[in-house]
Amino acid sequence: MISTTSTRCMPYYRATILVTLRPAILDVPGKTVEHALHSLGFETVRNVRIGKHITLELQATDVEHAQQQCHTMSQELLANPVIEDYAIATIEPITP
Amino acid sequence: MNVGIVIFPGSNCDRDAYYATRLVAGITPQFLWHKDTELPADLDCIILPGGFSYGDYLRSGAIARFSPIMRAVRSFADGGGLILGICNGFQILTEAGLLPGALLRNAHQRFVCRNVTVRVENNATPFTSAYGQGQVLRIPIAHGEGRYYADPETIARLEANRQVVFRYVDADSNPTAESNPNGSLANIAGIINERGNVLGMMPHPERACQTLLGSDDGLGVFTSLVHYFAHVSV
Repeated sequence: MISTTSTRCMPYYRATILVTLRPAILDVPGKTVEHALHSLGFETVRNVRIGKHITLELQATDVEHAQQQCHTMSQELLANPVIEDYAIATIEPITP
Repeated sequence: MNVGIVIFPGSNCDRDAYYATRLVAGITPQFLWHKDTELPADLDCIILPGGFSYGDYLRSGAIARFSPIMRAVRSFADGGGLILGICNGFQILTEAGLLPGALLRNAHQRFVCRNVTVRVENNATPFTSAYGQGQVLRIPIAHGEGRYYADPETIARLEANRQVVFRYVDADSNPTAESNPNGSLANIAGIINERGNVLGMMPHPERACQTLLGSDDGLGVFTSLVHYFAHVSV
């Protein structure tokens, strides 16, 4: 018997999650790139921040369910809440 | 006393920790494998050694925290067992939430591998009783991500509870900006949890255990453990 919550019939979603150091924390790679951009002639550049762009695909009953799972995995692993913020940039169903 | 040294994929100071602890009369070291789910019953202390567990992927220590053995390590800590995290071990302990704060990329963006001087800020711990209060030690560091960070409330709490155990200082015992090798807040080099049984430190005491190797100032961390167990078993 196949239950209604079986993953077999759940659609796949593609999610993009962005992880960045909290604004108050010195972003050393960002600062280094900023200096390099100044050397390149872009003297007005400031506040360069470098983060992580994570894409993944997952099965969920609907967008809300996918979103909820992305929040949990971000809080548990993808971001460290002591030093990082995260944002779920996109969640889209994957059309076969 | 029995000391277990956990080997994660990418650990590279496990042998050094074994070598250093074996030098100390009274310690029997053994290796523990990251896939183990149970600890030996007679274990007194666990060392999480330095290295680059799981390639430092995502964040240093972030993946090691999910190793099968970490569940047992956590219950060991909850039961009052002693845990010493060195370098990557410190990073794993913060990622696992066994110690507060986090270790960020060094402020100057470079990997730093050299001897530093650290001051013993609290010698009333199981890991530091062999030292004098305020004693200055010469111990090597080797890390790219050792900049200790925590929010101001946490730093204030650590200071008030004397949980800052090691602090980077200059040769005259002053915690100056110049003596801070990585930009750590308040020159913090090592902290202990509130209960006093879990210590994390970026310097490598196991690499400073024989004068032939430049310094034996790190040995006190391990002899302290023996003193502690001799004392509690009386």
